[in-house]
Amino acid sequence: MPKTHLTLILSGESAELLCEPRQTLLEVLRDELDLTGTKEGCATGDCGACSVLLDGRAVCACLVLAVETEGRTVTTVEGLADGDELHPLQRAFLEHAALQCGICTPGFLVAAKALLERNPDPSEQQVRYELAGNLCRCTGYDKIVRAVLAAAAEMRGAAAPRGS
Amino acid sequence: MAPKHDQTSSPERRFKVVGTRPLRHDGIDKVTGRARYGADVSLPGMLHGKVLRSPHAHARILGIDTSRASALPGVKAIVIGADMPPVRSRTEQSGEGTTNPRHLSDNVLAKTKVLYTGHAVAAVAATSPHVAEEAVALIDVRYEVLPPVLDVRAAMRDDAPILHEDLRTANVEPPCDRPTNVANVVRFERGDLAAALAAADVVVEREFDTAMVHQGYIEPHNAVAKVDADGQATVWVSTQGPFEVRHFCSEILAIPLSQIKVVPAEIGGGFGGKTTIYLEPLAILLARKSGRPVKLVMSRAEVLRATGPTSGSHIRVKLAATKGGRIVAADATLTYEAGAFPGSPVWAGAMCLLAPYDIDALRIEGHDVVVNRPKTAAYRAPGASNAAFAAEAVVDELATKLGIDPVELRRKNGAREGTPTPAGPRHKRIGLLEVLDAVESSPHWRAPLGVPSDASVKRRGRGVATGFWFNAGLQSSATIAINADGTASLVTGSPDIGGTRTSCAMIAAEELGLPVELVRPSVADTDSVGHTDVTGGSRVTMATGLAVYEAALDVKRQLRERAAALWKIPVEQVSFADGHATAEYGGHPPMSLAQLAPKLGRTGGPVVGRATVNAQKATGAAYAAAIVDVDVDVETGKVDVVRATVVQDAGRAIHPAYVEGQMQGGTVQGIGWALNEEYVYNADGHLLNAGFLDYRMPVALDLPMIDAIIVEVPNPGHPYGVRGVGEVSIVPPPGAVANAIAAATGVRMTELPMSPPRVLAALHAAGVRVTPSRLAAGTR
Repeated sequence: MPKTHLTLILSGESAELLCEPRQTLLEVLRDELDLTGTKEGCATGDCGACSVLLDGRAVCACLVLAVETEGRTVTTVEGLADGDELHPLQRAFLEHAALQCGICTPGFLVAAKALLERNPDPSEQQVRYELAGNLCRCTGYDKIVRAVLAAAAEMRGAAAPRGS
Repeated sequence: MAPKHDQTSSPERRFKVVGTRPLRHDGIDKVTGRARYGADVSLPGMLHGKVLRSPHAHARILGIDTSRASALPGVKAIVIGADMPPVRSRTEQSGEGTTNPRHLSDNVLAKTKVLYTGHAVAAVAATSPHVAEEAVALIDVRYEVLPPVLDVRAAMRDDAPILHEDLRTANVEPPCDRPTNVANVVRFERGDLAAALAAADVVVEREFDTAMVHQGYIEPHNAVAKVDADGQATVWVSTQGPFEVRHFCSEILAIPLSQIKVVPAEIGGGFGGKTTIYLEPLAILLARKSGRPVKLVMSRAEVLRATGPTSGSHIRVKLAATKGGRIVAADATLTYEAGAFPGSPVWAGAMCLLAPYDIDALRIEGHDVVVNRPKTAAYRAPGASNAAFAAEAVVDELATKLGIDPVELRRKNGAREGTPTPAGPRHKRIGLLEVLDAVESSPHWRAPLGVPSDASVKRRGRGVATGFWFNAGLQSSATIAINADGTASLVTGSPDIGGTRTSCAMIAAEELGLPVELVRPSVADTDSVGHTDVTGGSRVTMATGLAVYEAALDVKRQLRERAAALWKIPVEQVSFADGHATAEYGGHPPMSLAQLAPKLGRTGGPVVGRATVNAQKATGAAYAAAIVDVDVDVETGKVDVVRATVVQDAGRAIHPAYVEGQMQGGTVQGIGWALNEEYVYNADGHLLNAGFLDYRMPVALDLPMIDAIIVEVPNPGHPYGVRGVGEVSIVPPPGAVANAIAAATGVRMTELPMSPPRVLAALHAAGVRVTPSRLAAGTR
């Protein structure tokens, strides 16, 4: 199958590659660019494990064709930390034990980042609503929701409530 | 053996590391996307594989023609059942249960018959996943379609379609002499049941049905294999049991164990479902045939259609009690779907069903029945949740009839140390009564029920239920190497699914007197560590932790010898505690591990502590309880969990945050099982909901916070008192939710899941509707 030339801004840096028109953004990230932090849980847009930011909006990379990202901005979990400095959400997930197996974690972090950029002070219910597209089978969500609320508080400059 | 004065492990021991909540060692890799799971593994020249799966629930394979697929450019290898060596049918002990290698082989790749939709028939390796997918569609299989049987009760009838012509019921008298779908019968009896029933004042009997459900791990199964020219195979895989993968592959492919190396990748959830093999042998065969590495990854639909699930079941429970609330007799029958091959967890269901109760006369019978559904695999306390749903509902109804508080009734009849379990052996020290105490003193149990936001259509109720699980012991190996800078490297063979690297490192740190950050834990491949059984049975922190503890004692013994050599005094005069070697006499200042470590080279070489355990005798059984408040919408039948608390005896919580995580996660899986999750088949045996959209697992919005209360009744078999925490929390929720619905509406649900259509039908059958007299509802 003939390949298409693609240029995009990937986690802040310009990236260039060849891909097949039938390849999803998820396939290209994982198989062509070896950015395997973005996970495949279902490939049908139901689990959120492949959440990435497309022009700042959280999308399932499995539902986007790679060629659709021409000239656009894609941020993956690999782009959340600032060098060695973890994003407050990444730190909060560690401090609140908000991951067990960790397979859903990249998707949750990306989706939560999009949420907090839109709404820096969400209620517990708003966090639950906004993250309802991300499945976690290990934690029962309790510690994830607490971690997101704590990161939001920290990012607002307020004292973070401790999770149980 | 460890010297006596190192056994500073009484329950009163003051811990420095155990009980704290350090950050996990693998955490940064997992929040930055660097952690490598099985599907992330990539090798030079690697091919991609796909599996052809049966479109029929039951059919004979008449012929397979791969010529069109072989001709497709990019296709490098194809395997079918005939490429696998014959395997003798036999039953062998493996991990927590038994395995028949021939069934395992036939499940990996069908030979003469397909037994469920999704059963693997052929596998292809090609230059890309897309080419492999196209090739799979070009394989021609001729089938003789047979009638399927999907329901256990239908499968037990005399005229039922037979899945396995050679199957005979085990453990029956007279011996079974004709083909059947009933693979096994388990029976426990004690006391004079008829007399006890006749003497009782109150009897409750109910029949229950529970749907087949899936473990639902977010990471699909995967395997990458390469086979070297000398036949040495290496497999990278996300698995709970790398040694089981090696063993099973060895058996069904007839390759010596030493010629297979299994490298456990990070694992994206398992819950029991990744304790067996599916893709691994296919990857090896394809790699051998093509001469190139091969990666296979399942789609979500394949995961749901062809892996895992746990048994649906039909359960009848009859309990009889005196007016005073003493349960005197129990009679129960459990019938579990095994799926396409024998091996449901009905034996565990039968043993767990009434384990929390001290009952003098009982009869429990279990049936393991094959049906045209995927072969079941372990799922978190396998078999216990189905059973507890039934038993806890009947106990709740008994409490209502007797006018006794449901917690009080459980306490009155509660099992304790010395109580015989349903199977006969007596309970060791257990914490059921302490769990019940914690339920009663919990903020949740003491809080008023409150009213729903929309009381015109919603009814609120509170339910409680308990659950039991054995916990496994099994074998583990561990080594601890002391590095020249005074840090320690810990190696185990237990894949880490929920933070066990850190709990094991904490145990090493506790014994060695090191900060936990200075212990570097890793999970090794099967060539690099001694045999270690599955990450399952709630056993890693208990059993692998025990090996780590003993390896640390071995390190300390060696460090005392080295310090004694340096000080030129007898080793008996040296102790090692709090990270320091101390001399009893002679005025030598204590020597820290950091001071001692660089001197190890010239006092005899490196110090490596090692230990292996069979932890069977160290096991400590687990009890849990769930308290659940629900709102039942009587207009739609939808049930919302509005408050939930889980109470569990951990024995000793090494890392309380990850103990809570296990408790919360198990509770939510139990809530999903209770309310939403089910395999929906049509009459032809096609799974209608093979995706996460329709196989509806709980999402964040469905749930409240899950309050976790850890009870610590130390396990006397373990130096720290650890019992293991992974499984039992899934057992109580279905019963607790059903009891809450009954409290809210007066309607007893006997079917799982308690999804809106089922709840609505039950409400309507009982005459519960939205009415002006709604305020009177709930007190039927």
